[in-house]
Amino acid sequence: MPDAPGLELIAHEVNERHQGAIVGSTYEHGQAALLADKDRIREVLDYLRDAPAHEYRFLASLHAADYLPAEPRFAVHYELLNMPRVERLRVKALVPDTEDGSMPELDSVVEIFPTADFQEREVYDFFGICFRGHPDMRRILMPEDYVGWPQRRDFPVGGEPVIFTNTEDTVPGWTR
Amino acid sequence: MDVERTKLRGLSPLDQPRSPEELRIRQLRARDMLRGDIDDADLDEYVESRVMTTTLERAQNWARGNSMFPATFGLACCAIEMMSMVSARYDTARFGAEVFRASPRQADMLILSGRVSIKMVPVIRRIYDQMLEPKWVLSMGACSSSGGMFANYAVVQGADKFLPVDIHIPGCPPRPEALIYGILKLQRKIFGEPDLGWRERYKAYGTEEDERPWKSGPLSVQRVGAAPSDGIVESHGSPPSDAELHAPISHPELSGHEAHDAWEEAADDERVTTSRPPDDRRGDA
Repeated sequence: MPDAPGLELIAHEVNERHQGAIVGSTYEHGQAALLADKDRIREVLDYLRDAPAHEYRFLASLHAADYLPAEPRFAVHYELLNMPRVERLRVKALVPDTEDGSMPELDSVVEIFPTADFQEREVYDFFGICFRGHPDMRRILMPEDYVGWPQRRDFPVGGEPVIFTNTEDTVPGWTR
Repeated sequence: MDVERTKLRGLSPLDQPRSPEELRIRQLRARDMLRGDIDDADLDEYVESRVMTTTLERAQNWARGNSMFPATFGLACCAIEMMSMVSARYDTARFGAEVFRASPRQADMLILSGRVSIKMVPVIRRIYDQMLEPKWVLSMGACSSSGGMFANYAVVQGADKFLPVDIHIPGCPPRPEALIYGILKLQRKIFGEPDLGWRERYKAYGTEEDERPWKSGPLSVQRVGAAPSDGIVESHGSPPSDAELHAPISHPELSGHEAHDAWEEAADDERVTTSRPPDDRRGDA
């Protein structure tokens, strides 16, 4: 993993080639992360994968997070790995929620990292983030007819109210 | 006692004798069959002590309860305890429930050993439907009984929402002893009145042998709501009426405990008449 100055160098270099693709960088707890514009994530990953100085050829993981009160709300995380140098780099695509309630979208990276296929489906399944250009964008773990995006922070936890002797009379549907 | 042999005709040996006279007839007939091996008073004594009469139904229940074949079907961590239940240390072979069958067609007991995710429900239901009658379901552990710690979007909050469950075993996971205890409870239920209990309470009919769809016409699938996600209700002929759907289940007329209570009473009586004083028992050990 690059150190803080190294991360800045990478951010500048990418920004020189692709104006405005990198909107920031964070370095916390020894973890380096590039913050990328969601509409240009494909360019950024293309560059980091193929540029001779970088060559992050392996996508170790692709996942999403919901930072609900924060804005932008979602982030899709790409964990890149350069095997010969054993060097890791995290790229976060910041994905704001849409105003009209439609599904947030960003470009799929399946073409350059085939392993992203199932992982993008998983992100779609749990967070309702759609990947443009994915060959088979459908649910992977939840049942096909499931409604809702269960890992979003505003999704109800579910389950059923637990009946104790002191709540017996107040839990709906359980009064005698 | 002088009796007429003609009375025997048309009687099954497994029918309950209707009178002491009839019992005597059977004993005499058994004596005829044994003649030549032992004689006279010895023979009478032998017959009176050995010949037992019962009803076919009782004999059947006794046989069923003592040889339950569980389906080889593990869901989660409880399955580890279920597996150790058949090991040499716990040995359910003592109670005749050790033969885990690899096919639901050969099994008559389903142990739900772990949390039931909503994607697993159709699978379990199909396995249950494929099992032959009579069949019993044991819900093992907190998760399959109530959802347990998994109060979330993915797990069914209690397997009895889609299956008639006979016995719920508490624990997380239950120890093999607890599972064996549950199996013994189930045995008592089978010895008593096998049709009482959850099948009755949940009106879980339609999977019995003579009620198979291919015998009573096609199984109609009824869609409720506009979108498929609103739920599909498989109905048997006609959809359940409102009264059926909203029937209270908390006060069943028969709860399935009657047979068990009767058995426990009988066991209590037995204990009173045959138990030895406690110090006597300690002396043995």
